[in-house]
Amino acid sequence: MAKLENSTKNMVLSLTVITVVVGALLGYVSSITAEPIAQAAANKQSAAIAAVVPGDGNEISEPETVTTANGEPAEIFTVMNGGKFVGKAVKAVSKNGFGGKIVVMFGFDAEGNILGYSVLDCSNETPGLGAKMPDWFQKGQKGDVIGKNPGKNNLTVSKDGGEVDAITAATISSRAFLDALAQAYGVYSGSDVATSASKQNKEAEASANETCEADSCAQKCLTE
Amino acid sequence: MSKLGIIINGLIKENPTFVLLLGMCPTLGTTSSAINGMSMGLATMAVLICSNFVISCIKNLIPDKVHIPCYIVVIAGFVTVVQLLIKAYAPAVDEKLGLFIPLIVVNCIVLGRAESFAAKNTPIDSACDGIGIGLGFTCALTLIGLCRELLGAGTAFGFAVYPEQFGALTFVLAPGAFITLGFLVAIFNKLTAKK
Amino acid sequence: MSYIIMIITAIFVNNIVLAQFLGICPFLGVSKKVDTAGWMGMAVLFVMLIATLVTYPIYYGLLVPYGLGFMQTIIYILVIAALVQMVEIILKKTMPALYSALGVFLPLITTNCTILGVAINVINFEYNLAESVVYSIATALGFTLAMILFAGIREQLAITDKPKAMEGTPIALITAGLLAMAFMGFSGVDKGLSTAFGL
Repeated sequence: MAKLENSTKNMVLSLTVITVVVGALLGYVSSITAEPIAQAAANKQSAAIAAVVPGDGNEISEPETVTTANGEPAEIFTVMNGGKFVGKAVKAVSKNGFGGKIVVMFGFDAEGNILGYSVLDCSNETPGLGAKMPDWFQKGQKGDVIGKNPGKNNLTVSKDGGEVDAITAATISSRAFLDALAQAYGVYSGSDVATSASKQNKEAEASANETCEADSCAQKCLTE
Repeated sequence: MSKLGIIINGLIKENPTFVLLLGMCPTLGTTSSAINGMSMGLATMAVLICSNFVISCIKNLIPDKVHIPCYIVVIAGFVTVVQLLIKAYAPAVDEKLGLFIPLIVVNCIVLGRAESFAAKNTPIDSACDGIGIGLGFTCALTLIGLCRELLGAGTAFGFAVYPEQFGALTFVLAPGAFITLGFLVAIFNKLTAKK
Repeated sequence: MSYIIMIITAIFVNNIVLAQFLGICPFLGVSKKVDTAGWMGMAVLFVMLIATLVTYPIYYGLLVPYGLGFMQTIIYILVIAALVQMVEIILKKTMPALYSALGVFLPLITTNCTILGVAINVINFEYNLAESVVYSIATALGFTLAMILFAGIREQLAITDKPKAMEGTPIALITAGLLAMAFMGFSGVDKGLSTAFGL
């Protein structure tokens, strides 16, 4: 078969046809993968909640979207078991990671003790350093935070006078992790009682350049 | 050339990483461990086989002057398909490779093979070339990842070989990528020069 | 103030070539002489800025409202390829001197992953338009800096004795590794500055 000649008609036609065919193919693939992609994200989230608030047969509430003191959105999931309160899982964000944003899910019991944590995103942290985050702060590890209470314990890195051992050579990532923890605890402690809720609102207003009202943020996040 | 010959040619004689020195960005950026390197290699191979095959099929329908944009559209299409499939069925891989998956589009290997091989050969031969070059790329990336992981973190494919604290962390970080590849290319040069 | 930190981060701390591994091909290929390396950097700056300015509104004005996010890669690469062609034609007509200096490098830029990488990154990092512009300029400056430093070292390397197997690319890669190690010294500078200025 001979090659098509370089006439303008042929050029425009072939490029258009190829783009349309490829576009249609992509639309099709995108429509069949949309559900598995959403499913994968949902699975990851529920697996994280199950990991941070342990127990069989837990019922997880719909997320309650709030704004933390640093102006980032956070989600609170209440975990019940047979009508009894087990704990809350809080998904919090810190933008102070080494390469940008980190997302961590924390579990708290009724007293505010840390039940567990699960790192949802630390892909911007350095492999071998900050990316050790998912293991470093677990029970029995060097930076163990499990069972501690951010309201009572000073959960900052030892360099800043706190009681947590930072990840070796990754103080910035460790600080970001503990920042996410502080944000999570902030919204957790403000989520139950009316008085602490208003305190949290004040904090939100006081935080620099914060213009977004908690409600409108929540609405925005829900619509997204 | 036989089909097997084409595959072996891509694997050794025209190894995209060690001989042609193409596609350096993912080679350095995604090889912090053997598994990461291998996933990137396989993703690229999938794109390479499909794009080589399709481009070879449609090569006569494309006027010469617009062949580069047409090839790029085909390649970008397959890259997006691979990206969506990885997001849907292997989200963990997507997190590790991140930006480097869409960047397969500008990987010189893919466009380079389309130009130099698929545009001149039959679809089946082109697909074989895709397999060969893809395998060569995957092997190279896995090897680099393995070296970096072993020297840096003391593990191979995630299994501990020696205690982590004896590893030289530099090899997992950016400088180690350049240095490891530099020495591997030197060794490859030395070995092939003897023959 | 946060823009200054962003610029420092993009040039030194998170250098696009030495820390993020983008644009390695021109980094190794067009870095044998300092002045060509500098011109290549300028060409990248030019295209990167325009590409970001064009793709940003396309993404938020066209792809997001119509749910066509999956077309991002295809549209971006086509826009960049068309843009490089257009820049080439315009430069040829209006600024022949600049064209003859940049001419050879322009076609290479289409397959330079820094351009596509930056265009996708500003979306992933959720930057606004002003931040995107600053980010793309700073990244291109970081690219230029790495290119010029590396070319300077390679000019010296060319006249140095080295083992035969090491000649060419291997020694260049190892040099780049040492350069990357030097740039690692900047890590944490951005966070330190933001603490110092209370941001």
